[in-house]
Amino acid sequence: MRWIWIDRFTEFEPRTRAVAIKNVSLAEEHLHDHWQAYPVMPASLMIEGMAQTAGLLVGQADGFANDVVLAKVTRAEFTDIATPGDQLIYEAIVEHLGEAGGSIEGTIHRNGDVIGNIRMMFSYANESAIGRELPKGFVFTESFQRLLSPFIGDGDHA
Amino acid sequence: MPMSEQEIFEKVQETLVETLGVDDDEVTPEATLREDLGAESIDFLDIVFHLEKAFDIKIPRGELFPDNILNNPEFVQDGKMTDAGLKELKDRMPHADFSDFEQDPDINKMPEIFKVQTIVNYVSNKVDG
Repeated sequence: MRWIWIDRFTEFEPRTRAVAIKNVSLAEEHLHDHWQAYPVMPASLMIEGMAQTAGLLVGQADGFANDVVLAKVTRAEFTDIATPGDQLIYEAIVEHLGEAGGSIEGTIHRNGDVIGNIRMMFSYANESAIGRELPKGFVFTESFQRLLSPFIGDGDHA
Repeated sequence: MPMSEQEIFEKVQETLVETLGVDDDEVTPEATLREDLGAESIDFLDIVFHLEKAFDIKIPRGELFPDNILNNPEFVQDGKMTDAGLKELKDRMPHADFSDFEQDPDINKMPEIFKVQTIVNYVSNKVDG
């Protein structure tokens, strides 16, 4: 099983902006524990969904030559909750891209209303940055890159 | 038109408020990034990202916050910076004030070099070309 918390990209502008959808469903097991009487999408998983949306944007910027890790969540503010049946839209806008990684500003929409904003930072996880050898391609597996296939050619994501 | 030091300070202050989650009155020129403002190692990268955007400059890795100093035995011996290490640091960080550190170059005191003013000096040199 792969930890994927977005369903589909709807927009993808390389190095600039990405938009992904997440449909919240009562078929998801975790919602029965969070909480049984009142299922709510955990905010931490919305942060993860944004990290995946934005992480692919940052990873694609260097052609997936390096894996990308979430280095820091500078800000995560939520003004409302999401429950089963809601559609979440994660919109990530690149704030900065550099040789060491990048940062993004993200907005979370629920059925058209803004319910969260997040700023996060990513670091390229190569050997020189981490200081030790890393397994190749441990972040951007095929199933992750497949999410982008409608937007970028196969040759762009080795 | 060149920016004044006050304008640079205000933008640096905004950067640190955003990246470190501190209040603007905590960001004084003499405040140290680690001890006074609570910066952790990953925050230094975040600060570099922010500064590049705020001032439209490029900051090569290791230029503002030098790396590969502390792990070099020529530069650090018995927990103290050697004369060669101090010279290397001064060469690489013309934007920093070493007057206190060189009295007692204990590497545990090295974070005290990294003050808000250190960043302001670096950016001033950079934007003035």
